[in-house]
Amino acid sequence: MLEVRELSMRFGGLLAVDQVSLDVQEHEIVSIIGPNGAGKTTVFNCMSGFYKPTGGKILFGDKEIQGTPDYKISRLGLVRTFQHVRLFNRMTVVENLLVAQHRHLNTNLLAGLFKTPGYRKKEQKSLDRAAYWLKRVGLLDLANRDAGNLAYGQQRRLEIARCMVTEPKLLMLDEPAAGLNPAETRELNQLIISLKEDYNVSVVLIEHDMSLVMEISDRINVINQGRPLAKGTPDEIRHNDDVIKAYLGEA
Amino acid sequence: MATSNLKHALFCAIITLVVSYPILGFNLVSQGTSVGLEGANPTTVTAVFLAALAVFLFQLFRDQIMSGLGRVPKPALPTTRNMSDATRVRMQNLIILFVVIGAAIWPFLASRGSVDLATLVLIYVMLALGLNVVVGLAGLLDLGYVAFYAVGAYTFALLSQYFGISFWVALPTGALLAALFGLALGFPVLRLRGDYLAIVTLGFGEIIRILLNNWTSLTGGPNGIGGIPDPTLFGMEFGRRVKEEGNISFHDFFGIAYDSTHKIIFLYLIALVLAVMTFFAIRRLMQMPVGRSWEALREDEIAARSLGLSRTGVKLSAFTIGAFFAGFAGTVFASKQGFISPESFVFLESAIILAIVVLGGMGSQFGVILAAIAVTILPELAREFSEYRMLIFGAAMVLMMVWRPQGLLPMRRIHIHLDKPE
Ligand SMILES: Nc1ncnc2c1ncn2[C@@H]1O[C@H](COP(=O)(O)OP(=O)(O)O)[C@@H](O)[C@H]1O
Ligand SMILES: [Mg+2]
Repeated sequence: MLEVRELSMRFGGLLAVDQVSLDVQEHEIVSIIGPNGAGKTTVFNCMSGFYKPTGGKILFGDKEIQGTPDYKISRLGLVRTFQHVRLFNRMTVVENLLVAQHRHLNTNLLAGLFKTPGYRKKEQKSLDRAAYWLKRVGLLDLANRDAGNLAYGQQRRLEIARCMVTEPKLLMLDEPAAGLNPAETRELNQLIISLKEDYNVSVVLIEHDMSLVMEISDRINVINQGRPLAKGTPDEIRHNDDVIKAYLGEA
Repeated sequence: MATSNLKHALFCAIITLVVSYPILGFNLVSQGTSVGLEGANPTTVTAVFLAALAVFLFQLFRDQIMSGLGRVPKPALPTTRNMSDATRVRMQNLIILFVVIGAAIWPFLASRGSVDLATLVLIYVMLALGLNVVVGLAGLLDLGYVAFYAVGAYTFALLSQYFGISFWVALPTGALLAALFGLALGFPVLRLRGDYLAIVTLGFGEIIRILLNNWTSLTGGPNGIGGIPDPTLFGMEFGRRVKEEGNISFHDFFGIAYDSTHKIIFLYLIALVLAVMTFFAIRRLMQMPVGRSWEALREDEIAARSLGLSRTGVKLSAFTIGAFFAGFAGTVFASKQGFISPESFVFLESAIILAIVVLGGMGSQFGVILAAIAVTILPELAREFSEYRMLIFGAAMVLMMVWRPQGLLPMRRIHIHLDKPE
């Protein structure tokens, strides 16, 4: 469903991403791994429209989306999280989820001002969807807390829930386990698998935690210093000499 | 006791002394070789020092006093705490209802001057509620807000002068035109943030004022436009004599004696209705997708965009809707004054409206209303110290920022009830 072809991104003299290709099929979890500064987040930024790549193509379905503005890409069903959590801190947890659903509630101003029955119905639906996902990630009791006051692990989960209420086709997670304790990482593991199994969402995952990556990925792409190093199933990657030398070996 | 507490207490006491100097209108004079304090008799000086001492002691023992207060059982609070959100909102609406009814009856008992002043307060309430959308909710620092106020006022003035258009037609026209100007300003500043945005909006405000000042053939320039008509009530005029053929005057219709306060009260009531409408419209908007998207953009623009919010759309809607309410206020202002000139729309006005929003507590509608009342009425009460008005105002701002940076009544988020999913 998503194909990245020979993507390159240059910042002045620095070639941060050099000819990286990857593809994601429906119902699949694909990981991108590589040492710090390898260019993983930059690939995400290109895919989600925050950067316009300097070379290569990104196809979603059969539509070329490289250079499409970020907000339009997310409307296509390609939604991401950030390496450093980005919540609407001074809004409540449930408001964070309602903001994300603005498109489901896109009635005109007057309908909203006068609370027409049609508007109320849609509003109730988005509230229900928010409640559903809050329960799913275990935050229902904190619905009216300010998002900025949540514990770190809770913020991570809220960010994923906020993506899910937009009903995406493809979810891009940038180091979702960073800063989580082992128990939280295990929970996250279950959640990501369930997103694929129960909600039919494909996932692209950037992650440092190798156990997490090996356990849940269908396929893995390794990049090193902006260049693709290897790709394959977790087993293939585990036994790939280049990878062992460049990445696993040094750890 | 920590030394920081002592330092802080000393600082506060000195501030109290310094601030009381201009407020009480003291004056330093040289008497021979020594310096004396003019305008101060021994009792006031003692009072000032006592006040400073009180501030000092309070700040020094603040922690103890506060925790002491905390230990005192509060009989009233638990009930409000445990109230469900639905009840709290209902209580709030009830209080608003009473306040509005009170405000509607009050002018019939009050003096002409105070009703007139209250109309001005209501105009500032509208302005501040509108600017609150742009600055408090969307987080866009707009220093040229007065331009939209001017557009509303001049729309009415010009339409009435050239086409004899009445207040009731000019009211929506002025607001819509101001909204259009808001949209027009929105486009060039879309990519700007923070300081840059502030400077460009400041420039925009000045452009409008200078345009009004120099386009003499249309606007009369610095001489302004006079003879702006009063609003009519179902075609009834409030003047002593009917100006327009076919109209009847208010006092003739009801067979009462002519009284110039009728007009003042009528204008006040119009301003009241408009201010209440503004309040409820914006309160509603805040709970709608548009309002939430303003706040989302303020909180984190990148996250907002990653969720499909277009920066363009969100910013433009905030500017447009904020300007709309300034247009309302401008039309009422023109009608109240009967005469307007560019002098009413200088940068200082923008600054005052912004100060109201900041003092009240960004985003908080109740806070903004409270601050609008305070900022408009207090200088009137302190007329005798008019030279020190801006000084007092500045000092109040500084003190607020030191002690209560979140504003008088910080915004309180509305709790949303969720049905438990099965
Ligand atoms: N906006 C930018 N401007 C300049 N250099 C950048 C920018 N974004 C990323 N880089 C550089 O690109 C390289 C890859 O960064 P990044 O994609 O964040 O790595 P990773 O996520 O794999 O740790 C780094 O050297 C980084 O400094
Ligand atoms: Mg990264």
